[in-house]
Amino acid sequence: MLSRTADHLFWMARYMERAENTARMLDVNYQTSLLPQSTDMALQGWSGLLSISELTWSFSKKYKEVSPRSVMDFMVRDETNSSSIVACLRAARENARAVRGALTTEVWETQNQTWIEFNRMLKGGAFERDPGTFFEWVKFRSHLSRGVTVGTMLQDEALHFLRIGTFLERADNTARLLDVKFQALNGGDYFGPDASRLQEEVDFYHWSAILRSVSGFEIYRKVYRNVIHPEKVAELLILRPDMPRSLAACMNEAVANLALVANQQSSETIRRAGRLQSDLRYGRIDEILATGLHAYLTQFLDRVNDLGVGISRDFLVPMAA
Amino acid sequence: MKSAFDEMHTAGKVVRQHYGVYDEWLQRQSLESMQARRHEAEMIFRRVGITFAVYGAKDEEGAGTERLIPFDLIPRVIPKQEWTRMHAGLRQRVTALNRFIEDVYHEQEILKAGVVPAEQVLNNAQFRKEMMGVKVPGGVYSHVSGIDIVRAGNPDGSGEYYVLEDNLRVPSGVSYMLENRKMMMRLFPDLFSIQRVAPVEHYPDLLLETLRAVAPAGVNEPTVVVLTPGMYNSAYFEHAFLAQQMGVELVEGQDLVVREGFVYMRTTQGPKRVDVIYRRVDDDFLDPAVFRKDSTLGCAGLLDVYRAGNITLSNAIGTGIADDKSIYPYVPKMIEFYLGEKPILNNVPTYLCREAKDLQYVLDHMDELVVKEVHGAGGYGMLVGPAATKAEIAEFSAVVKANPSNYIAQPTLSLSTCPTYVDSGIAPRHIDLRPYVLSSGKDVQTVPGGLTRVALKDGSLVVNSSQGGGTKDTWVLED
Repeated sequence: MLSRTADHLFWMARYMERAENTARMLDVNYQTSLLPQSTDMALQGWSGLLSISELTWSFSKKYKEVSPRSVMDFMVRDETNSSSIVACLRAARENARAVRGALTTEVWETQNQTWIEFNRMLKGGAFERDPGTFFEWVKFRSHLSRGVTVGTMLQDEALHFLRIGTFLERADNTARLLDVKFQALNGGDYFGPDASRLQEEVDFYHWSAILRSVSGFEIYRKVYRNVIHPEKVAELLILRPDMPRSLAACMNEAVANLALVANQQSSETIRRAGRLQSDLRYGRIDEILATGLHAYLTQFLDRVNDLGVGISRDFLVPMAA
Repeated sequence: MKSAFDEMHTAGKVVRQHYGVYDEWLQRQSLESMQARRHEAEMIFRRVGITFAVYGAKDEEGAGTERLIPFDLIPRVIPKQEWTRMHAGLRQRVTALNRFIEDVYHEQEILKAGVVPAEQVLNNAQFRKEMMGVKVPGGVYSHVSGIDIVRAGNPDGSGEYYVLEDNLRVPSGVSYMLENRKMMMRLFPDLFSIQRVAPVEHYPDLLLETLRAVAPAGVNEPTVVVLTPGMYNSAYFEHAFLAQQMGVELVEGQDLVVREGFVYMRTTQGPKRVDVIYRRVDDDFLDPAVFRKDSTLGCAGLLDVYRAGNITLSNAIGTGIADDKSIYPYVPKMIEFYLGEKPILNNVPTYLCREAKDLQYVLDHMDELVVKEVHGAGGYGMLVGPAATKAEIAEFSAVVKANPSNYIAQPTLSLSTCPTYVDSGIAPRHIDLRPYVLSSGKDVQTVPGGLTRVALKDGSLVVNSSQGGGTKDTWVLED
């Protein structure tokens, strides 16, 4: 397959996944803000959302203050913000259009229709009327996009590069979400349960919001049959290979798909991916927390980023033909 | 202006025989249901992304440049016997044109015989010296030809087909022919059960067969690719569509590289050799090392590989010499010269402004003529005399006088009309026809019909999509 084609597919999947994750985080914050709680707590959620995407600075250049309305506007419809849903869906569709011949008709039409309907909904005020339904719709379109991909495409390189894009992006997004949410409640790095700190009612809403944003609330109950403990939330989202949005699950998928596209120059990238996967497979949550969750996640994000660079170099934009 | 020949009705408003079944069907449809179908067609075209780009324009989201080409629900119907004759005429014409191109880049016998004036060819900007003596597989240059045909009425009420122009460089539009048929079958399946419409869906197969047949000698399993200028080109949809339908890679110039006498594409598994390039990029942009230096759409070194016979370009470089408007008047003579046959298809009588006598006639009769720039395309650089104001005529006269050899003129044929949905209901609108002709050296093939374009503005003769034209499905009815 053409390197350029692989590049467009990789980014098409990444942008679609990013749109979904942005919608997920916005949705949870929006739902949380409907609960009776302190204003501080709610605002913390909105500014946390900006720092997850490293957008605090560019937001502050355009908006005076952090409010639910301003953050949602910035993250949904601001074309200048490259992480906004509109920018992600546009980029996903543009990448798809550039390689529509490499996609099945169903995949392309789904992507194109998402873009057409998104604009119609924005113009028709659907977002202002009911943000919750709107975010649900974005998530649903991402499910549809992934489903139509897996359900209709030949299982060749094109599909593998799409999958690599999806899972690298998801690994990145889950790690960022964890990092910001753990820091928010602890005001510093997190080293595990602190006996001196009393469990408060707000904590329940904080942790359950994180779980809900990754569709993990029911899963948590099912897996642990227990009340919500932060270190278990961390374990679920980092190490559980059966939790579809965990770092371990994402790396398993990324490594499996990478192995299927291996070429003569990719051995180092594949080695690094496999090593990251092993660290997650054989890791333990108490070890991770002992070194500090923030330090761990920062390092993880660096390694994922490094993988992206390696994949680009080996497959997508090779220097020499 | 005299009233035009209508494809569906005689001058006495009687429905022509080959439209009989359709007309009876149409009478049974309510206006509302047809309106609903029009709306449905538009939704589907948009979802499928069958769009073209208008340079410098914005779409309704105010962001992109993608537009739909209006699609009309009423088909253009051609009776079988008319198509049979047209098909024979197309084969004959395209065969002669290919012989002409081969001749001018080799022996130049037609020039020596004085049938076509040598300076018309040798001083023509479309004549590519780089192609002198270059052998191409099967001696075929124009593998994909789009021949524009119009029909005009005779005084006795009958109609006559004329070839308006030949397109031998990168003729486009065939994807609309295919999508229009798909749309009609989706919207009105019953229409296809009450009569036999000749199928066109195998065009991509014929195209692939043609491209494989013209691969460099000795290549058994040729790798074929489609070369596009990229997704912002006006015909990008078609490039992607054809690549997908043929199951071949759609490449851009940046994907290609020349190495040791061959062309390769950059793939995720390393370089892969390419044997046939169905290129949808103009000659000038193909090789920045030889033609336009600023081109990023081509591949440096391509021409050397081509001249060495290690890659096939489809169409060949230099085909423009045969579809140039200044060469067009000589096509009937070419047919006689190379094939020893009488032309089956008519040419439109043409005045060459480069000749003093013709120029004077053109300047004196500009209000009756269509004056065209010799190298213009897409409806730009032309004047439709009867539709022009005095000021426009005066302005264009000055332009022609300044550079006469750049212009030709033809009588304004009253293009035939076909009933078409417009805001006020159904009304006659002018149409043309572009059949696509595939030449592999072994065979010259067509699919029945082609692309019918329609000028949606009342009275307009300009059918180009960039100028507000639409398209129709084209039916050749089997007996």
